[in-house]
Amino acid sequence: MPAIKSLEELKRIREEALQKKQMKATPGNVQVIIAIGTCGIAAGARDTMKSVLNYIETEKVSGVTVTQTGCIGLCEQEPIVQVVLGDQPKVVYGKVNTQVAEKIMKQHVQNGQPVKENIIQI
Amino acid sequence: MREIALHLLDIAENSVAAQGENIRIEVYEDLLNDQLTARVIDDGRGMDAETAEQVQDPFYTTRSTRNVGLGIPLLKLAAEMAQGSFSLQSALGKGTRVEAIFRHSHIDRMPLGDLSSTFLTLLISHPQIDWTFLYRVSDKDKQSRDFIFESAELKCELGDISLTEPEVLTFVRSRFEEGIEAVALQAVTE
Repeated sequence: MPAIKSLEELKRIREEALQKKQMKATPGNVQVIIAIGTCGIAAGARDTMKSVLNYIETEKVSGVTVTQTGCIGLCEQEPIVQVVLGDQPKVVYGKVNTQVAEKIMKQHVQNGQPVKENIIQI
Repeated sequence: MREIALHLLDIAENSVAAQGENIRIEVYEDLLNDQLTARVIDDGRGMDAETAEQVQDPFYTTRSTRNVGLGIPLLKLAAEMAQGSFSLQSALGKGTRVEAIFRHSHIDRMPLGDLSSTFLTLLISHPQIDWTFLYRVSDKDKQSRDFIFESAELKCELGDISLTEPEVLTFVRSRFEEGIEAVALQAVTE
């Protein structure tokens, strides 16, 4: 896809996105929460974030909210990512490098199957 | 942390936690004076003089999960290791300004790193904040180039469309990457 340069183009994209949103109202909200405290950042949380965003861009995944949280007290497990699908309970993942992040996006966010080997129990 | 850009991400998160509504990040590479300056300025709740002093101590933190807070001390150390300086100015109810200055050519000066990823991460994580990102490079001939981004304008255009819609992401990411690359010094000097 060519890069968008002008605000006019952005307006057009906005219209398109609005239409898409109306067409496929996703069942419930999908949230991907990345821990970005000092510990998370030092462990590579920004790359994890980048991987999640890259997946959304390349696979054109609509309707995912990506947000952040601070240190949750499990610094040794960083980078930590939490996934909330609709009203299901939150799933917490540890040691989420870029590959694991991609796997979580594909397997869990898109297909509803948690990535068991990276889940941490709290 | 191995990049100044990662420190900026970390310090900016403090500004978010301090409930800043307008947060400004400035990075200034000044070759004429051999300096690299990084600043984070917010209009959050600020700190009194005593707290502003304490946050520079690694064994002080406001959080309850652990008794150390390393973000600010790490940046201070990084600047001082590169013959630079660190300052933190804050006023209760007004906001906080953190500034780290590095000697640009110092062998221990850490690389600036991936500024566009830091900006993108902050913008996506905190869409409610009005961000200003400024990256300025001045070379030895006093020629200066700027990249400036203000999120308020983008927010206004997008309305209720999320920043994490794929097309919007592509727009913002390429604007950061291309804008920063156009201003950045060539790899030789970095």
